[in-house]
Amino acid sequence: MTARPTGSSAFADKSAEAPAPSFSRRTLLAGAVGAISATLLNNASALPAQTKGPVPSPPALDDPGKLQGHIPTELGERSPFEHPRRRVNRAAPAGESESPLQELYGTITPADLHFERHHGGVPVIDPARYTLLIHGMVERPLKFTLADLKRFPTVSRVCFIECSGNGYRGFQTTTMKREATPSWIDGLLSTSEWTGVSLATLFREAGVKPDAKWFLAEGSDAAHMTRSIPVEKALDDAIIAYAQNGEAIRPEQGYPARLLLPGWEGNTQVKWIKRIELAKNPFMTREETSKYTDPLANGTARMFSFVMDAKSLITFPAYPDTVSRGWCVITGLAWSGRGKIARVEVTTDGGNAWESAELQPPVLSKCTTRFRHLWKYAGGEAVLMSRAIDETGYVQPTRAQLAAARGEGTFYHMNNIRGWKVERSGKVFFHVEG
Amino acid sequence: MRRPVLVGVLLSVLVAGAIIIDAWPRVRRSQTPERFGFGTPATTEDIRQANTDVTPDGRGLPHDSGTVAQGESLYGLRCSGCHGATGTEGPFDHLVGREPGDSFNFGRDPNFLAKRTIGNYWPYATTLYDYVHRAMPFDAPGSLSSNEVYSVVAYLLYRNQIVPGNAVMSDRTLPLVRMPAGDRFVVDNRSGGRTVR
Repeated sequence: MTARPTGSSAFADKSAEAPAPSFSRRTLLAGAVGAISATLLNNASALPAQTKGPVPSPPALDDPGKLQGHIPTELGERSPFEHPRRRVNRAAPAGESESPLQELYGTITPADLHFERHHGGVPVIDPARYTLLIHGMVERPLKFTLADLKRFPTVSRVCFIECSGNGYRGFQTTTMKREATPSWIDGLLSTSEWTGVSLATLFREAGVKPDAKWFLAEGSDAAHMTRSIPVEKALDDAIIAYAQNGEAIRPEQGYPARLLLPGWEGNTQVKWIKRIELAKNPFMTREETSKYTDPLANGTARMFSFVMDAKSLITFPAYPDTVSRGWCVITGLAWSGRGKIARVEVTTDGGNAWESAELQPPVLSKCTTRFRHLWKYAGGEAVLMSRAIDETGYVQPTRAQLAAARGEGTFYHMNNIRGWKVERSGKVFFHVEG
Repeated sequence: MRRPVLVGVLLSVLVAGAIIIDAWPRVRRSQTPERFGFGTPATTEDIRQANTDVTPDGRGLPHDSGTVAQGESLYGLRCSGCHGATGTEGPFDHLVGREPGDSFNFGRDPNFLAKRTIGNYWPYATTLYDYVHRAMPFDAPGSLSSNEVYSVVAYLLYRNQIVPGNAVMSDRTLPLVRMPAGDRFVVDNRSGGRTVR
């Protein structure tokens, strides 16, 4: 049984390599001296000086119990032995980085590892000068400062955000490759606890007129990201979020405020939101016409395809792992934009037999669910795959089913069953049936 | 004679009960008000400055115009670096191109992904104005005047064989332009359940 991949080994081609921790004799010595002097000089005058600068890491001793560790600090850091990193796609013209799914546990994505997708870079917005304007078909056009937004009753929700294009690398044969990590295949997926004000509350405040059926959400980035959203979604579960995992939203995720539409394609959840305009009809922006639409084999293109269908991915074992004989805990994530995951099934023989995986509670609606399945690897070749079933009865389709329903050329919303082939040597490679 | 006694006992029980119930601490949920009164009214000027979007009916288009000829020189200066000398070379989005007979093979052929040109895949001409005005050019978004945007839009429509070389694009003419892909788009019909769509 192999250990989980650490740091740079999990990244392929254009990724940003994590710098390996370097412990020279000098830093080890400095760390030891620092720790000892902190212990010896542990008095009021010495403390502030110690907490300001970077805290030197003490060396890893055979017996850590023989040396006092470092004193409390204002801001915590990861263990010097842990280096999870997003994989930055240098090919994308204006910004994309993927969450390292294979290096994460549970369901929550640390905020600094949340995937990024932006079309005009990450803007710098002064929260003191931030406003959200709501106008159009409303009784009272209003503008809210960030402080105004925070005065309203807060709502929190744990849910996933997935880029509409996530997973096309597991469908399109033109780009598919065996040497593909979970982050390369499906890393435009992350889960956070989001906190903010319910958009329905703001709409009540502004007095949305009954004829208003759509609203435009506009970002303040250089791309002026704009999408039309049905008012129905606002009244259902939309949030203007200003916090992520207990702290202010990260700049890459929309600081100081973003639109959150649980279960819907990432592109609609406009970051750095500055304006909402209510109208009778959709606005037909560039993103919702010429970009985030899904051409079908019958010569039409599907538009306003908001909801992310149910999907799952085994995150361990995965490329570039090697499994050894004996017990192996297969684990991964399943999620659906239409509600809760009802069941995840796992096969270890290429789809002849499927078994129900164990779901880790709590199973939340429109949220990632961690699953696991015990497998005794007897050696030889094996094909591991998972399929998600959501509470609407939707079953994650095979590639052949999806291609039959939509065609070979479509690009977004690719949720077909994907998995891993274990070779005779125990080496694991990305694999899609059909 | 027994009836008044019975009534009296019953009354006492009821009163005592009422007193006890009244003594229980009452926990009520706070009532959400109709309005909180937070935020400030947006002025007409606030809205005028922010409301830059343009819709297919032409709403939002400024009263101005531009020509194909003006657009050609502007394109060379401000757009060709990213989109190529003739709009077909890239390195970024290919803007110019028409498939023979306006065939719409995007769903069938993965190689069509790069062919989502204005002539092949954009359903509304007004979207061009909306997008170019706010988000282009990439190195200086929002820096083009309305005359410049109309001109670039006119040039791109001309290059995609949608309008003639002498076309003038304006708030009056742009919403009337019919795009080759205008009738290709349908609303999402997925709804969960057993059917894969």
